[in-house]
Amino acid sequence: MSTTTHDALMICEHCDTVYRRRVLTRGDVAKCVRCQAVLERHHGLSRNTMLALVLTAMIMFVQANVWPIVTLGLNNQHVSATLWGTIIAMWQQDAKVVSILAAATLFFFPLVKMLSIGWLLLFARTGRRAPGFVPIMVALHYVGPWTMSEVFVLGALVAIVKARVYFDVVADPGIYAYAVLTLLITVFASVDLRTLWDLAPEEHA
Amino acid sequence: MNALPRATELGVIGCHVCRLVSRDVFDHDHPDRAGHGDVVTCPRCGSVLHRRKPASYSRSWALLIAAFLMYIPANLLPIMRTASLNDIDDNTILSGVVELWVKGSPDLAIIVFTASIVVPMLKFLVLGTLLVTSQRGTDWARPQRAKLYRLVELIGYWSMLDVFVVSLLTALVRFNVLSRVEPLPGVIFFGLTVVLTMFASMTFDPRLIWDGRETDE
Repeated sequence: MSTTTHDALMICEHCDTVYRRRVLTRGDVAKCVRCQAVLERHHGLSRNTMLALVLTAMIMFVQANVWPIVTLGLNNQHVSATLWGTIIAMWQQDAKVVSILAAATLFFFPLVKMLSIGWLLLFARTGRRAPGFVPIMVALHYVGPWTMSEVFVLGALVAIVKARVYFDVVADPGIYAYAVLTLLITVFASVDLRTLWDLAPEEHA
Repeated sequence: MNALPRATELGVIGCHVCRLVSRDVFDHDHPDRAGHGDVVTCPRCGSVLHRRKPASYSRSWALLIAAFLMYIPANLLPIMRTASLNDIDDNTILSGVVELWVKGSPDLAIIVFTASIVVPMLKFLVLGTLLVTSQRGTDWARPQRAKLYRLVELIGYWSMLDVFVVSLLTALVRFNVLSRVEPLPGVIFFGLTVVLTMFASMTFDPRLIWDGRETDE
């Protein structure tokens, strides 16, 4: 079935009100008059800057996963935990559901998200659509709400405070890497990657 | 024509995945004419187009009720066991908060209380209210209800906090007989509650808040 498309129009996702798209300048936020939801927001980050930030996030993600997050000490015994150590511990303690949830929301989904955004931006900086553009963009839409690294950082802080009562607690490099990662996630939170859809499809090559 | 036209009035439809606006070619007044299983897909991203999320009310209700059923054992059952030489201590979500408060971190106790108890309760209340009011088609407090929905979407996943705390402590506190932390079934139910409420709010279509009775005519 053939359909006519209207690139100049935009529909509020929260109430279905139709608007004509406007060019936004620095600092502009277009809001729906009916329901006050954000329609579109201009962000000052160029695609090159975004790519640099994604690469930084990837490096931080590797650090956050390689290094221990916290070390506990008791009578000269020391135990430290990494993210994967945590996931495995929950699996072995018969909390497999939690283990899978943690692996998905703290490792696999963030990884998929960063790799796909990096891949898309690598091509977008020269105004092109990356190979696999459409399925990747659709996948990003569904993965979007399921990354929880920032919740994990707060969880680590709470765990440290709880453990401090009984043990010697040392914060390890992993937690600092996570802290930086959280900052980067916050920067990215205001970026609507769906603007990448505006990239023209490649000519049949 | 209204000053703020909605998609259905203009005969256009927005893709829920990539937001592209296209002409709504599906004959909504005579859905049978299109034939069964006949779907219209977005010309840009290939996702199936629908004016409202499919079966939003029934799916959202089902997920919300399932989440609530999980929420009961999540609160009643202990989520974590702390075992040391001469003492076994099981904590529920609430007793964990109390312990944090008593042991001198009232600020963190408030954060955990908010994430583990206030946020899930708020989600049940808000989504329940949104479902009931939208199904009735009332125009009561529409902008506020729309805002509540966005709030729930924004803060929902922070409830995972306690699940991650228990996981980390389980991985960390492994001093053989001296001191151990083990997860207990409550934490599994709690994790499921969070996931189910997230799905419940995702399947609810906020456009329904604004639909009202006039679209039924």
